[in-house]
Amino acid sequence: MMTPHDWISIVSIVTAGFAVAVGSIAPAIGEARALTQAMDAIARQPDAANSISRTLFVGMAMVESTAIYALVIALVLLFANPLLP
Amino acid sequence: MDAMTPQVWLQLGPLGLTETVFVSGALTVLLVGVGAVGARIRAVREAYEVLYEMVEGMLQEMVTVDATPLVPLILTQWLFILSANLVGLLPVIASPTRDLSLTAALAIVSFGAGHVYGFRAQGMAYLKHYIEPNPIMLPFNIVGEASRTLALALRLFGNMVSGEIVGGIVVSLAGLLLPIPLMALDVLTSVVQAYIFGVLTLVFTASAMQVAVKKTVPETPTPAGSPT
Repeated sequence: MMTPHDWISIVSIVTAGFAVAVGSIAPAIGEARALTQAMDAIARQPDAANSISRTLFVGMAMVESTAIYALVIALVLLFANPLLP
Repeated sequence: MDAMTPQVWLQLGPLGLTETVFVSGALTVLLVGVGAVGARIRAVREAYEVLYEMVEGMLQEMVTVDATPLVPLILTQWLFILSANLVGLLPVIASPTRDLSLTAALAIVSFGAGHVYGFRAQGMAYLKHYIEPNPIMLPFNIVGEASRTLALALRLFGNMVSGEIVGGIVVSLAGLLLPIPLMALDVLTSVVQAYIFGVLTLVFTASAMQVAVKKTVPETPTPAGSPT
């Protein structure tokens, strides 16, 4: 016999997996595009490599925070679930 | 496995002092001590000065405003976050930056610094950036400021806690030697995240100061026919 709490646990775990899996697709694509563009730019203008890679780092961190949000949601579902006692 | 809440080390009535408080306090004392003792030794002080000037030049390259007043803030954030991230590699001690409270405090410092330097650069006119380009944008600007601060806190927290959780899972699955490459990756993440936190603070603070610079500098006439 499944209690409501069992169902909430099951749904939370599955949702946490999906949150990370789906939520990391878009940032991964975005970061890859940013990286290819940056490498292209460095290949064209090696002199500007320093400022390009600095901007790339900061920009990638901004893009990556979207994936981190998904991760935080998954962590909340797994370890600090508001619906479970 | 309780990844989200840090251990309480000392219970004072209703107030639980967590590991984070002790470890970050110890790091603060250590950093201040190294700085204070080093400043009294001539050779070390000169090394500090060279390094400080190097950092100052590096920061100045990144922004168009005068970065001199920002150097102490950014350098402190770099040193503290870097040491707080790396102290998690020691056995027993958990990195204080895997506690959301600490990263939220750091993000609030960065948020406050943006406003303090913005007000200092241009007085009450600084508040005008909330209603630019249009008063309708006020709620969006407020949400933008808040989400930027939230993102700063969550980025550092998420990166550190995910490294720790992955390491813990691999240890429990595979044993002693396999987590070592993951820990090496953790060192890289620690350094990059500390760098990024400081750079983002610098960029946000500089953008708060920038408005003033734009207004005080007399507008250069644009050549006719050039796109604006």
